[in-house]
Amino acid sequence: MYDTNLVLGGKEFTSRLIVGTGKYASMDIMRDAHEASGTEIITVAVRRVSLPSGESILDYIDTKRYTLLPNTAGCYTADEAIRTCYLAREAGLGEMVKLEVIGDQRTLFPDVEGLLEATKVLAREGFTVMPYSNDDPIIAKKLQDAGAACVMPLGAPIGSGLGIRNPYNIKIILESVTVPVIVDAGVGTASDAAIAMELGCDGVLMNTAIAGAQDAVSMARAMKLAVEAGRLAYKSGRIGKKLYATASSPIEGLPDWTS
Amino acid sequence: MSVTITVNGKAMEIEPGLTIDGLLTLLNVKREYTAVAVNRDVARKADYATVKLSEGDKVEIVRPMGGGA
Repeated sequence: MYDTNLVLGGKEFTSRLIVGTGKYASMDIMRDAHEASGTEIITVAVRRVSLPSGESILDYIDTKRYTLLPNTAGCYTADEAIRTCYLAREAGLGEMVKLEVIGDQRTLFPDVEGLLEATKVLAREGFTVMPYSNDDPIIAKKLQDAGAACVMPLGAPIGSGLGIRNPYNIKIILESVTVPVIVDAGVGTASDAAIAMELGCDGVLMNTAIAGAQDAVSMARAMKLAVEAGRLAYKSGRIGKKLYATASSPIEGLPDWTS
Repeated sequence: MSVTITVNGKAMEIEPGLTIDGLLTLLNVKREYTAVAVNRDVARKADYATVKLSEGDKVEIVRPMGGGA
């Protein structure tokens, strides 16, 4: 079936799965998981260099092959997030950023006020802003109007593995905006990713679900298949739900067993 | 006379007139995919050779690390 590509900041991507680089048991496993996931976009945090500086995570990511997506994880104000994006750009990590302004340490829920403020500034500065937000259709629309390249509502809290807790809100977000909708955070297993895609989302971003699995590499492959399957099911147009059975074999032509 | 600056949260004594470029060389930091901020402002790579560090400057040297969200 014909499908369009995911377009972000004028760049086209065939894969609709974006993955992270945190919490892997080893760098080799991370590299193999990235490969198995079929991803084209990999998100990285921006942190202090440990001195003396040793091995870099980018020794394990082929930057010619993958698009890097620096994130502002750990930022609690718009100012911190904006400065982190400037640092990422100066470091040569590109202008596509996963914008996070966190509101609370326990839930890691977004501070949408700060998020909106930072989105406005960064979009004006030419960044391709991908904001991690809560699953609120109103803020999704505001982020779009502020210049966000996509909106990234959470499925559930970061790292929780609870799946898509409010599919109805995700559905309303899909109706509220024209930019791509990428579910970011909350995915626990393959069916969660499939559900996001079946709802009509344009992509899924995940880290812990893959990195924390007992076999991260095979989970990465499972996620690749789930995102593809969910997307295909969405594009194929599912049947309606009905309360009672509808036979799929014809009634006509049944043999007569009466004696 | 030496100058005291803070680099990634740690105090450090440097020679007066040391530039960002000089500091990165001194610390043996790889330049690729690295960025520097001095007193909260991101330094442009083109300015590394000319920006001199002064007493009390807070320097942050960052690079990509593993993370998802």
